[in-house]
Amino acid sequence: MKPIDVLRFAWISLRGYPARTLLMTVAMAIGVAAVLIFTALGEGARRYVVDQFSALGTNLIIVFPGRSETAGTGPGMFLGQTPRDLTLDDALALARSRAVRRVAPLAVGSALVSFGGRNREAPVIGTTAEWEAIRNMQVAHGVFLPPGDPHAPSPVCVIGATVRDELFGTAPALGQFVRIGDRRFRVIGVLATQGQHMGFNTDEMVVVPVASAQALYNINTLLRILIEARSRDELDAAKRDITRIIRDRHQGELDVTVVTQDAVLATFDRVLTALTLAVGGIAAVSLGVAGILIMNVMLIAVSQRTREIGLLKAVGAAPRQIRLLFFGEAVLLSSIGAALGVVLGLAGNLVILRVYPVLPVTTPAWAAVAAVATAVITGIAFSIMPARRAARLDPVLALSGR
Amino acid sequence: MISLDRISRVFQVGGQPVQALRGVTLKMEPGEYVSLMGPSGSGKSTLLNIVGLLDRASNGTYLLDGKDVTALSDEEQARVRREKIGFVFQFFHLVPRLSALQNIELPMSLAGASAPERHARAVELLNAYGLGERAGHRPDQLSGGQRQRVAIARATVMHPAILLADEPTGNLDRASGKEVVKILEDLHESGVTLLLVTHDPELGRRAQRQLHMVDGAIAEDLRATRA
Repeated sequence: MKPIDVLRFAWISLRGYPARTLLMTVAMAIGVAAVLIFTALGEGARRYVVDQFSALGTNLIIVFPGRSETAGTGPGMFLGQTPRDLTLDDALALARSRAVRRVAPLAVGSALVSFGGRNREAPVIGTTAEWEAIRNMQVAHGVFLPPGDPHAPSPVCVIGATVRDELFGTAPALGQFVRIGDRRFRVIGVLATQGQHMGFNTDEMVVVPVASAQALYNINTLLRILIEARSRDELDAAKRDITRIIRDRHQGELDVTVVTQDAVLATFDRVLTALTLAVGGIAAVSLGVAGILIMNVMLIAVSQRTREIGLLKAVGAAPRQIRLLFFGEAVLLSSIGAALGVVLGLAGNLVILRVYPVLPVTTPAWAAVAAVATAVITGIAFSIMPARRAARLDPVLALSGR
Repeated sequence: MISLDRISRVFQVGGQPVQALRGVTLKMEPGEYVSLMGPSGSGKSTLLNIVGLLDRASNGTYLLDGKDVTALSDEEQARVRREKIGFVFQFFHLVPRLSALQNIELPMSLAGASAPERHARAVELLNAYGLGERAGHRPDQLSGGQRQRVAIARATVMHPAILLADEPTGNLDRASGKEVVKILEDLHESGVTLLLVTHDPELGRRAQRQLHMVDGAIAEDLRATRA
């Protein structure tokens, strides 16, 4: 029997029972659509995070003070540890590595920023001119912090777009003096609106020279140091240099944590890919359920069509051909269901995109392929038993009676 | 062409063995017209099914065209059925979803014939049996006589040498029954070996050779001299 004839026969059989065909197709379609939409959501979340990270800057290395180590809890353990803070000189020393292009120290606090009668609590970032380039910041008006001796405080600040709007309204902000904590700073620049990055809204902050921030908070430590390597290839070299320099400066002890942006990104990427796989897997369970439904309905079909199977045998259908005919039905059913599911899933993605435009939901190609393949394979797998039962049917019994 | 040697068939009914056929020995020559009669449960249908390879004998040898077909695998038996044997049933057994034309094409389709070839042959048979207008009708849109004619067309579409008919007129009115018998006898005239199971003595007497079965054995084997 020619394959096309098998499919034609199967197609006629499916059309002969429209209600059951429709139900099975819908069950299959829901399964496939669920896989598509869930993986699209997972993938959307992953891409969202990756984009956010990329916006932080490229070839980034971050140095934190402290290092996670296993320590005992015996007496003297705490006394024995002397946590060494990161200092501005540490940061400046890192710039000596040839693999490092830029270094920006970061001292962060929160302070009351006021102008005229208005005031506002805002995060205050103390850094240097380099930060602008490392973080890809855009200045809308005026200039960023001027380069110069990082040790020298200077009463200038650059404010975020929201801060500007809130404190100055429509009045010009450049050249005005704002009060930050108990000091006065001249506004020399306004940052362009950039929105949220990793939960840190640059529109709402105020940037001052690092020495000024340290003076403001009366500290001499840094929260972290941002380093930009010269190129992607030099990330490892830069990381090695940083480790060596810090160790030298901290009496041979490596008491900082050095992470590359790539490493953080890779971790998030892994976590979110795993999440995508997990939700995709959960959705795939519905495909399995659809498969069992197919088996159930096929079994009913076999017992409903006993006489027809007997007749097919009488007119010369070999057991193999009978199995093929039932397989054909299952393949057709699951393919149509899968195709419908893909259409449904893509439509669902479009709806989600409309509702949450920030989330870049797109079904990854592998998920679409896997969903369709799983649908067709379950369809076939779950029709094996009914098809074999049909093929084993005794034609004499099948044909007896009406 | 058909040679049964001490064929027996035992069924298990409720754990009890029931002898449906007790050592039936029968030879049929090509082109014979044989009717098989007997009371219900005498084993006529079982014998027909064994000749048609739908059922396997419990014991004995069945030679078809000199070849032992009892030992063939299911797949090989299906091939023999497809190529050499045509079945006509009391209840027609047409596939309800298929049109008359598609029902007739079915055996050729199973044999892997191409669509134009099948179509040509099916149309030829439809016209020969006066069903030219009914090609696209489904079985539920046909009368009993028409259905049986479609079934005969389906049984003969592969040019089988043997035609097995199980009560072909049992479910028809007299007029349609007559038409069906005429078609079957015309087929016999053209050289087909015809084995006809029937309850109807009048129909049975039309055959040149009449077998009477009682209790799973052939009780009488009459050869009528053709008038």
